[in-house]
Amino acid sequence: MAGRTLYDKLYDEHLVSAPAGETALIYVDLHLVHEVTSPQAFDGLRIEGRRVRRPDRTLATADHNVPTDPITTPVADEVSRRQLEVLEENCREFGITVFPRGHENQGIVHVIGPELGVTQPGMTIVCGDSHTSTHGAVGALAFGIGTSEVEHVLATQTLPHDRAQSLAVTVDGELREGVSAKDLALAIVAALGTGGGIGHVIEYRGSAIRALSMEGRMTVCNMSIEAGARAGLVAVDETTLAYLLGRPAIAGRPDRDALVERWRGYVSDPDATFDRELVLDGAAVTPSVTWGTNPAQVVALDGVVPDPDELSDGAARDAAQRALAYMGLTPGTPMHDIPVDVVFIGSCTNSRLEDLRAAARVAAGHHVAPGVRALVVPGSHRVKHDAEAEGLDRVFVAAGFEWREPGCSMCLGMNPDQLTPGQRSASTSNRNFEGRQGRGGRTHLVSPAVAAATAIAGRFADPAEVA
Amino acid sequence: MRAVSLLEGRAVVLGRAEVDTDQIIPSVWLKRVERTGFGRGLFSEWRDDPNFVLNRPEHQGATILVAGAHFGIGSSREHAVWALLDYGFRAVIAPSFGDIFRNNASKQGLVVVALGDDDVQSLGSWAAAHPDASLVVDVARRVVEVASTGWQRSFDLEEWTRQRLINGWDDIGLTLRHDQEIERFEAASRVPTVEGLFDASGHLL
Ligand code: SF4
Repeated sequence: MAGRTLYDKLYDEHLVSAPAGETALIYVDLHLVHEVTSPQAFDGLRIEGRRVRRPDRTLATADHNVPTDPITTPVADEVSRRQLEVLEENCREFGITVFPRGHENQGIVHVIGPELGVTQPGMTIVCGDSHTSTHGAVGALAFGIGTSEVEHVLATQTLPHDRAQSLAVTVDGELREGVSAKDLALAIVAALGTGGGIGHVIEYRGSAIRALSMEGRMTVCNMSIEAGARAGLVAVDETTLAYLLGRPAIAGRPDRDALVERWRGYVSDPDATFDRELVLDGAAVTPSVTWGTNPAQVVALDGVVPDPDELSDGAARDAAQRALAYMGLTPGTPMHDIPVDVVFIGSCTNSRLEDLRAAARVAAGHHVAPGVRALVVPGSHRVKHDAEAEGLDRVFVAAGFEWREPGCSMCLGMNPDQLTPGQRSASTSNRNFEGRQGRGGRTHLVSPAVAAATAIAGRFADPAEVA
Repeated sequence: MRAVSLLEGRAVVLGRAEVDTDQIIPSVWLKRVERTGFGRGLFSEWRDDPNFVLNRPEHQGATILVAGAHFGIGSSREHAVWALLDYGFRAVIAPSFGDIFRNNASKQGLVVVALGDDDVQSLGSWAAAHPDASLVVDVARRVVEVASTGWQRSFDLEEWTRQRLINGWDDIGLTLRHDQEIERFEAASRVPTVEGLFDASGHLL
């Protein structure tokens, strides 16, 4: 028998039923819930008189709407406040554990799953959020679903889900000094394009991926969806196990050793074949920044704004022209010369401790440029607590950054942290879509180190420049 | 969901590719806890422009949207589908779609039709020039046609999705037929749950 990919193993293991002529049904081991995509699903259950089938496989947190001002700040926006209250009410009614705003376990849903250790290898994990792909970094099949599917999982703990195509993204070679997982993620999205992964599950492989920390792997898996892939995976290795064994949900388990033994099997067989493969040279990846309005529109940080006229494809040229008009940029402008108004360090892509350390290293002993507003939003209360224990908050505050409470914040601007029309941001988040961070706002995606350097220089800058 | 078998209506062309769900329905609209009323938020960042195609008088009442490649990429928000339906669209025709959007659409009876690039182009040019003319999207037969010209293309639609659409079947109801298999699966599963991890207030035990 031919070898199986990690994805095949995960899929096969979770197949509940595959009746001829119907979509196959897979089992969901962990369902993560947040306030934005769940209210209508709970309503659906109530209307049909259904229960949550497995509250013990369901976990909820507030994240998208929460203000990140001091935790004592009331939620001013009434609709946001209602949505946060409704999450708590629904979880109480249906018996689900929930972490409301300010709770010690609260944070961005894709940050708290791995850090608590509830995200484990071999699991199927879904959430009404496209960046659920993040959890694939531990060797779990994790993907985003819509609200109807949230309701379906709440009611049945399963999901109709046919097998996807497999795509190997192999990155060999070593990332150069100063090049981060975020730069690699941007390089991969640029190479695949926004639609390159549609219909596929990606497995990230190769020495450059193996060399990444768990945080770095989460950053890469997080952005799988920006290339159109619903899920990204990294096979289990010693890095995975070392990370997991320190997690609260795992550390104290009596069956820990047996779990670890089983987890070691969540790798692709050596002779497994993929439907497609993309090969990248890790050594060729540079610090990067997006110039346009989708995450595949990437250029080297020391590059220039590209010229749409040089694109041969008519549709791509139109899209590039429209993007440049929206972004208020002129072809040929060095990225280093573009000033920013706001710097946002946060989001499920880059708000873990390692990210904040990287940014703090650059910020230490410097000050944010006059006229620039810089926010640091930890991904969770646990990250915030650990960062404060290391004194990172003091480094940021001394350098003129705002140190905030955990949440999605300016990643999507559902809370008051938003760009105003025409404002330009350097952001460590994952989407530079039109209006994503606030109506008319202009977003450039960068790594945490580049974001910090940019805050200090007041324009896009390499950390080496401000050192 | 409501059954949908044959749609006939006027088409409007959104001459853009890579329309992500943040553009279909910006995040400020996602705070609502209801399922209705999202039509007002559809493409709201573009609708302030009086020349935006949906604002033009000749396209009022159109029920079929023709768009560029990768329509509905980005966020998983089903609100994008609710907004399109609430506004009055019943089908979207494009060269390709975001996976989650496509799934969400199939749960709500919004018909998603993927045609080749060239076909979408030519259909789009024709529809833009004939705002009064009708298109037919025949789900049962998997074809799109322009009755007045005889132009016709078939499209791929997975058989099970076709069945669900034309019968208006509810997915949860269908799945519950497999309850015994789910129970058997659960009985055999060794994957940890979150039971016993947290106290009643969500603190780690
Ligand atoms: S941080 Fe941004 S991308 Fe991540 S879950 Fe929150 S809103 Fe979505």
